[in-house]
Amino acid sequence: MPANTFNGYTDYGIGIGLRVPHYQHILTRKPVVDWFEIISENFMIDGGRPLRILDEILDQYKVVQHGVSMYFGSAQRADREHLRRLKTLVQRTKTPWLSDHLCWGSVDGRYTHDLLPMPYTFEAARLTAQKIREVRDFLEIPIAVENVSSYAEFHVSEMTEWEFLNEVVERADCGILLDVNNIYVSSQNHSFDPFAYVNSVPAARVAQIHIAGHSKYRKYILDTHDHPVIDPVWKLYARAIERTGHTATLLEWDDSIPAFDEVHDEALKANKFLSSASLATAV
Amino acid sequence: MNLLGIQRQMARAVMTPLTPSERMRSVAPGGRCLRAVATKIIKPNDRLTSFERLEIYNRQYWFRVLSGFAEDFPGLRAVLGTRVFDKVAQAYLRDCPSRSFTMRNIGSQLQAWLNKHPAFAKSKQKLALDMVRLEWAEINAFDGKRDTPLTPEDLAQADPAKLRLRLQPYLTLLDLRYPVDDLLLEVRKNSAEVSVASNAFSERHKTKRVTAVARMKPSPIFLAVHRLGEEVYFRRLEREEFAILSLLRGGKSLNAAIEFGLRKSATPLDARPLLVQKWFQTWSTLGWFCPWTKSSAKS
Repeated sequence: MPANTFNGYTDYGIGIGLRVPHYQHILTRKPVVDWFEIISENFMIDGGRPLRILDEILDQYKVVQHGVSMYFGSAQRADREHLRRLKTLVQRTKTPWLSDHLCWGSVDGRYTHDLLPMPYTFEAARLTAQKIREVRDFLEIPIAVENVSSYAEFHVSEMTEWEFLNEVVERADCGILLDVNNIYVSSQNHSFDPFAYVNSVPAARVAQIHIAGHSKYRKYILDTHDHPVIDPVWKLYARAIERTGHTATLLEWDDSIPAFDEVHDEALKANKFLSSASLATAV
Repeated sequence: MNLLGIQRQMARAVMTPLTPSERMRSVAPGGRCLRAVATKIIKPNDRLTSFERLEIYNRQYWFRVLSGFAEDFPGLRAVLGTRVFDKVAQAYLRDCPSRSFTMRNIGSQLQAWLNKHPAFAKSKQKLALDMVRLEWAEINAFDGKRDTPLTPEDLAQADPAKLRLRLQPYLTLLDLRYPVDDLLLEVRKNSAEVSVASNAFSERHKTKRVTAVARMKPSPIFLAVHRLGEEVYFRRLEREEFAILSLLRGGKSLNAAIEFGLRKSATPLDARPLLVQKWFQTWSTLGWFCPWTKSSAKS
């Protein structure tokens, strides 16, 4: 939703992920971009060039932090060093909200560096929500959790993925980063109706939307972020925007990254749908 | 099965090394049947079995950590050759899976691990260890902490008998058996050239050049791996420079560090004051010194 409690009452437009191959273009040409999303872990360091670049970006652009290793769904407690470094970065960027994934990826101190799928059980929802609350209380900023692409489902699951998402965000009272590409990828991999997912998400909790491309294989789809957004994903995006209104939107492009303008142009295609949403709201 | 139980089972399966043809093993090296694990926790669908679905994560894990590792240690790859390097990478990551939220630290145990497993590098063990130390120092120099440095004026005003100095956290001092700094620079130059020229002859020629440097003979060097602006630099040091800086890092006072550091020096006594003054001028201009604190003593 535009400007809600879960995105710090901001009303951001269309952003793109800040990626190394674009640094020079951004810093020298200073293109007009609504906002950049950074991967928190890339800047949770003590010094050096990455932080200098970040500071230059922060001087000129709005920045939102997106994490890949908080692992809200890991059964064990969050790593204190991770939280401490994350808070230092939050204070530096003044990100109005912070997102990470509804997944797990570490156990017994070992990290897979992957976004592993959750078993959709009430126990998992309770533990995940508890961790989200702990992280939010420590960081003192709104949290939005992102649905991930998945390639496996568990026997123990007691509900659908969207029911699980709703259960977690209600228990944690947090926001949602709705990734419509991930919904599409998972719907193909697990044979469900992606519109049923989008229609069931509590619209008032959507802080941000992700769009991206993916790779299709013979028996499954992989979330590779290395292609333009395909039409079925734009249709899901349109439906999501219809429900949520004008919402901060971000294009992810992480591999085989083309020139800055190509990435930005792809992201700006979202304008077509956002304009319709604005018109609908005005009417 | 509860959440923790599922996560332990799945993580163990995902982190199990792949077969030589990069597929998931039916049976893990310890005898655990991964096919049974997959069937127990993962649902099949109309296109993929439980095993095949789990395999997607198993392959993704190894592709990701191996590629991160290779990115961090191109010099070690040049020393060992691709075939041995790949074996080292797999064995190391099997024994020392990541224990950090960031891939940046994936090679943090490599030096210790390689020390315990000399069979991989064989005759190149010492060269490989030197290269690993250099590449890890480079990572530290790239994004390590920089504290406010002391200026040459700060140093001039201090009592050298009492003054203790802390070195910048991003600075690593290395005593190496081989001039691996030259080799790493050659590797970097080679990969930069290969990325712009795809001519097969040119690639073979450059690979040969790197291989030739990798066959280098021992020739001890002392090196400071540091950062200036945002660039990482390798600075060769004299033996005495290395000794003085190491003693300072160890907590010796300025006077004591100079005295002990020059004890075995071949430099004539009358030439030493000027030389030491020059070194300190350079080091402080490079911003290597920080104020000594109580926590420096603890560390």
